[in-house]
Amino acid sequence: MELVEAIILSVLAASTPLLIAATGELVTERSGVLNLGVEGMMIVGAACGFGGAWLTGSILIGALFGIVAGTLMSLVFALMALGLAVNQVATGLALTILGIGLSGLIGAGFVGERITPAAHLHIPGLTDVPLIGRVLFGEDAFVYFSIALIIGVWWFLYRTRAGLILRACGDNHISAHALGYPVLRIRTLAVMFGGACAGLAGAYLPLAYTPFFIPGMTAGRGWIALALVVFASWRPGRLVVGAYLFGAVTILQLHAQGWGVGIPSQFMSALPYLATVIVLVLLSRARTGGSTAPAALGTVFVPDR
Amino acid sequence: MRKSLLALAAGLLLAGSVSAASAADKLKVGFIYLGPIGDLGWTYQHELARQALVKEFGDKIETTYLENVPEGPDAERAIEQLVRAGNKLIFTTSFGYMDPTLKVAKKYPNVHFEHATGYKRDKNMSTYSSKWYQGRYIQGLIAAKMSKSGVLGYIGSFPIPEVVSGINATMLAAQTINPNIKVKIIWANTWFDPGKEADAAKALIDQGADVIMQHTDSPAAMQIASERGKLAFGQDSEMIKFGPKAQLTSILDTWAPYYIARVKAELDGTWKSEDTWGGLDSHMFAMAPYTNMPDDVKKIAEDAQAAITAGTLQPFKCPVIGQDGKEVECKGGTSLDAGQILGMNFYVKGIDDKLPGK
Repeated sequence: MELVEAIILSVLAASTPLLIAATGELVTERSGVLNLGVEGMMIVGAACGFGGAWLTGSILIGALFGIVAGTLMSLVFALMALGLAVNQVATGLALTILGIGLSGLIGAGFVGERITPAAHLHIPGLTDVPLIGRVLFGEDAFVYFSIALIIGVWWFLYRTRAGLILRACGDNHISAHALGYPVLRIRTLAVMFGGACAGLAGAYLPLAYTPFFIPGMTAGRGWIALALVVFASWRPGRLVVGAYLFGAVTILQLHAQGWGVGIPSQFMSALPYLATVIVLVLLSRARTGGSTAPAALGTVFVPDR
Repeated sequence: MRKSLLALAAGLLLAGSVSAASAADKLKVGFIYLGPIGDLGWTYQHELARQALVKEFGDKIETTYLENVPEGPDAERAIEQLVRAGNKLIFTTSFGYMDPTLKVAKKYPNVHFEHATGYKRDKNMSTYSSKWYQGRYIQGLIAAKMSKSGVLGYIGSFPIPEVVSGINATMLAAQTINPNIKVKIIWANTWFDPGKEADAAKALIDQGADVIMQHTDSPAAMQIASERGKLAFGQDSEMIKFGPKAQLTSILDTWAPYYIARVKAELDGTWKSEDTWGGLDSHMFAMAPYTNMPDDVKKIAEDAQAAITAGTLQPFKCPVIGQDGKEVECKGGTSLDAGQILGMNFYVKGIDDKLPGK
């Protein structure tokens, strides 16, 4: 039973950066903007987040540094892709390349340093409950924040007028514009939210997961977050399922290797990706027609004045 | 996706990062690095050796390095870039640069190349590598002594001979202390992904391992071991900072003596193509201080190190029994020969796991 608990704890931690980054990207894409620069924003968030925590000794300030850094990166994207109406795919890819280089430069000063990682919560009584105590009340605060974040995003998208307007921008920017909504301003805010989340997700890695900074430490998690948004067919509920499924398969394949199940490790390492593809196929088969993607996703909008 | 992006990024950066030629009489020495110099592991150790060169030869040489160069065909352009910038001796520091280096070497017969950990050579291309399995043997002795659960945790990168020989050397040593010792092996299928390395370390500890060994590059596993109050061995470089109470020792890649010797040969005009496969005796690697262990274990480690250095202790001394219970053919007389170690693709007896691809 202890092992089950340990596995669940590892799965939660492994899924959290994916969930946070994917939540931000989901909002961005729901507004009609495809920002492929998640990996770049994440790694800059990781460098700045670590730097902030290392300089001040505070995990919270580190997290804020990560959020600000991710937001600033996303503003570069917004300036290019929204302000100057440059192709979004190209801009997003450029943002990733920029981010990888920039993070190395920012991080050069504190490579090899280490910090005390984010503390795990401990609520007397509750955390000590067998099996579920540590899972529900004993992880670091980021884990619970990520769940609150996705619930908040669901509520915003489906239960508020502002969320409806944001989705309208993503489905048909011309109509939204005709109704008098400031499409570009809304999209800029959505892109900034995506950047803030990516920055926080990146910062989670050096602040809570592995408390040191090394260039390239996000190791492709930004791309997985992007894939998760598609996997979730742009819905918050499915995003949670996808992120935890991916995390679970990742961790379980490591355990399976330790148990010596005898399946080739190369296959096991590919399993999370394979699971993603299979679920994608099943989802698209089950769909009753029409794409679930925001209709205006990735298209350039220049308002006529 | 990410790989091709990195390749693109490297391509874009190349033009800017090669420094311009200056004094013509200086020997120009170039380096191709796999990771960033701040990776705290493999590339970092090569960078330390480059700095040692600069310190040793001062004004007589000029060094240039290109970092984050992807393995494979893209490396060819990077190497050629160094040639065109006037470098006469070029170190390509990862296995995957083997074919690109050979290709460029054939094109520029007047430039000398040094390729790390490969097996293809030419009249102007040398290879060099280390007998890291000697260090793994010492670690195996320590691990068996220090493990209370009798279960070791081993994080592998890829099931290639270098890693497999490390696992076998560890187990052969550990079995001399505790014949019933067990090892749990997890392949990360990557050299570098701190998050995944940490996950693997957690999984091993959760399954009962109390000494963690790694053949991946980041200090993540060391950090997890430290956090959970377990013990671990570093990799490539000194990692004690990430586990002051956890690190037992670490195999340190010390390329400086070799690099200095090769540059000196180049300056003297005596450079010729060679195959160097050095161990503790030739200082191709070193062991970090033995820490977090009682004196008697430390003594066992130090004695083994002395014996291996003197050549009286052979990690792969015959008979070596394979997983199938059969004795492995003894091609080297008293121990397995170089070819058997460099091409090792079997587990020794006592490892319950199955080698991937077998």
